[in-house]
Amino acid sequence: MENPAPSHPSTNRVKFIIGGVLIAVAVLYLIISNTSASSQYYLTVAELQERKTEMMGRDLRVSGAVLGETIVYDPQTLTLQFTVVHIPGDNKEIERLGGLALVLHEATLNPNLPALQVVYVGVKPDLLKNEAQAIMSGRINENGVFEATELLLKCPSRYEEAVPNQAETGNK
Amino acid sequence: MTLLSNLGFGLLILTLLVSLYGIVAAIVGLRKNSLVWAESARLAMLLTFPLLTLVSLSLIVLLVSGDYQVRYVYNVTSSTMPLYLKITAWWGGQAGSLQFWSWLLALFTSAVTLRKWDRDREFLPWVILVSLVTLVFFLAMVIFLENPFIRFWQTAGGEELAAMFQPAGAFPLVPVDGRGLNPLLRHPGMVIHPPALYLGFVSFVVPFAFAIAALATGRVDDRWIRVTRKWTLVAWLFLSLGLVLGSRWAYDVLGWGGYWGWDPVEIAALMPWLSGTAFLHSVMIQERKGMFKRWNMILIILTYSLVIFGTFLTRSGVLSSVHAFAQSAIGPLFFTFIGVTFIVSLGLLLHRWNSLRSEGQMNSVFSRESLFLINNLLFMGILLVCFWGVIYPLVRELFTGEKVTVSAPYYESAAGPLFAALLLLMGIAPLSAWSASTYRSLGRAVWKPALVSLAAPVIALILGVRNAWAIVAIWLVGFVIAVTIYDYAKAVISRTRRTGENIPMAFWRLGGKNRRRYGGYIIHLGIVLMAFGIIGIEMFQQQTQATLKIGQNLQLAGYTVTFDDLKEYMLSDAQLVGQAEMSVERNGRPLGTIQPRVDFFFDAQQTMTIPGIRSTLEDDLYVILVDWEAISTAGATFKVYHNPLVNWMWIGAGVLIIGMLVAAWPTREDETIAERTAIRSSNPRTTEEVLQAQL
Repeated sequence: MENPAPSHPSTNRVKFIIGGVLIAVAVLYLIISNTSASSQYYLTVAELQERKTEMMGRDLRVSGAVLGETIVYDPQTLTLQFTVVHIPGDNKEIERLGGLALVLHEATLNPNLPALQVVYVGVKPDLLKNEAQAIMSGRINENGVFEATELLLKCPSRYEEAVPNQAETGNK
Repeated sequence: MTLLSNLGFGLLILTLLVSLYGIVAAIVGLRKNSLVWAESARLAMLLTFPLLTLVSLSLIVLLVSGDYQVRYVYNVTSSTMPLYLKITAWWGGQAGSLQFWSWLLALFTSAVTLRKWDRDREFLPWVILVSLVTLVFFLAMVIFLENPFIRFWQTAGGEELAAMFQPAGAFPLVPVDGRGLNPLLRHPGMVIHPPALYLGFVSFVVPFAFAIAALATGRVDDRWIRVTRKWTLVAWLFLSLGLVLGSRWAYDVLGWGGYWGWDPVEIAALMPWLSGTAFLHSVMIQERKGMFKRWNMILIILTYSLVIFGTFLTRSGVLSSVHAFAQSAIGPLFFTFIGVTFIVSLGLLLHRWNSLRSEGQMNSVFSRESLFLINNLLFMGILLVCFWGVIYPLVRELFTGEKVTVSAPYYESAAGPLFAALLLLMGIAPLSAWSASTYRSLGRAVWKPALVSLAAPVIALILGVRNAWAIVAIWLVGFVIAVTIYDYAKAVISRTRRTGENIPMAFWRLGGKNRRRYGGYIIHLGIVLMAFGIIGIEMFQQQTQATLKIGQNLQLAGYTVTFDDLKEYMLSDAQLVGQAEMSVERNGRPLGTIQPRVDFFFDAQQTMTIPGIRSTLEDDLYVILVDWEAISTAGATFKVYHNPLVNWMWIGAGVLIIGMLVAAWPTREDETIAERTAIRSSNPRTTEEVLQAQL
């Protein structure tokens, strides 16, 4: 059942090495070219406001706390507008300040924090509400409004490991 | 009920002690080469399962009875949730799901220790050792960091706190109601998706334990692979199922017309699937040819590490994702555990490096084993794409201090071509011969089905498809289907000639005789059908939106959707439902109705948008009720997606399960070995051997 090898082992070895290298190069090429083509800056609201002109027209990702009373939705055009305020971008910093839920809660009560107006066209996400963390992909336009193309929301209070707080449970 | 919390926690501690004892007994058994100690370790392993079952029951009773003094119960259930959701809230939060993980692990590893060990005595203590070390890690996590039995207390000073045991002078604090499970998770897909994924994760621990046992004992022939082959198949099946169910949930619930968002958590679940799939393929080369031995070890070690990493990512919230889970202290511990097990495993591998020398040699670039090698490289390539996507932001931040991320487009364009190459390989490889195969012999085997498969792109062109990538992708799908059918048909015909059986009988018997091969074919067909569905939705999705008054309609992709009525009503699950009645027609022919709806949950103060879907083999019409006005004016806004072929994705998943059952159905081991010997000695029976004989 074993047939003799059709060609010399050492030329085979070369073939395998060339083949393997080709695949590796292709994979690396795909990774490197696409990383640079589709990477987005991930900024906090404060960072974005500082570097606004530099960041204009670039693909960005911004995270902030949603201000519930600013949410305006026009179902006719599916245009959603709201404002987010700055929260720290660093997880350790958030932990130090008492966790994401608390950071979000306090951010929405602090009028001195940098804010960012957001506009998004699409279906209003179920999780969009006061004190949610919005993670938005998109670009900033010349009016300083963030035009989001993608909108992710986190409501950490759902899983917050905290003691029940009457004020919070009453805050419906 | 206080009793039950204490009981659950006490039993957790007891399980930890039993597991630690088992580790010690296994080590003593190994050092003294004592069967008595090994047996004692085995009994300890077996004891963990009933113990953890009792722990689980305690937690479930607390969840069902709604004892909100227990923080976990407060966080994941509420009085209005139906019973099945209260039970499945067991894995709805972090603490519970880690406990669920440990219970599954105890179940599987206990099942393994019950098998007949006569031929593998030397593996036993090592398998137990690896299983118990993993179990101890998870138990320690549950006990010290993510304890589901922690309760609320109020001190005399009025301070509220959460602790396992009653602080001096404190009273139990019992909230009136729980917060309830996030409404988005109250979906049947979400109920079974985590357990399926976890079953897949946990089953991979078994082959890993055997691999380590093989390395440690030096019995590095392919015995460990043969023993764990079924486990690997089962692990792979559940992992695949978990991924598909998660996609289905996203499609049904998240309401963005998609099923997969390249979210870090999704990628974390995909990565062990990729390395596991590579492993599943390359072990066949080791069994058959005695090659790839080191590589297989690397793959299973990698898969195990990725399983733990996946559990961590899905549970820790280190990366922003739609999966909103808590941040917690478990991160450093997970990384330490992954690091230590990875390094120890690699150390063992290096220790046995020389005894894992390959028995064979690659003779030809077009041989079966060579194509398997390319398959492995491609899977590793996709894994690298995923891994880089996940860690790139961390790396970039480390070096430049700037936060940068990559999202779906990166994964799609980097992994897409590699997936396409895998499809091509899936078509060619089954027709290639072992050992010696030239491009001529391969070409001779492939040209007929390749020719037939050209019908697929031609049909696509006739139907109006003009996207070049789509045409290539459709051709690949057609090619794999043609090859699979062709190869099986050829084998059936040669069998009817040889045995005189009629065709259906030959069809059945052939499949039964070589279940692994033909089970594999069915799995390939399943994958290709899924690819077909993915091509449909990814490349041909259309969407529109409109605000309609009752009686008005909108058009998309030849369909007319009419807004007939709007209802608002209450459900017992404390939710207010707004539901639109819509009728669908095409070319004037009524096709039925769909009911997109939005539920508002009072307990969570959150809406949940449930699309109305009309699903056929040809396409899905996917309608989202975006918003509506008061009943009097009765205008409502809809977003409508047309998703061609998407159903084939779910059908493909079903086919995949069938294929897996065919491949993994129990056979008597001896019978298989006898059969294998027969194949080696007797006339060529499978097509590749027929081909070889012709060369």
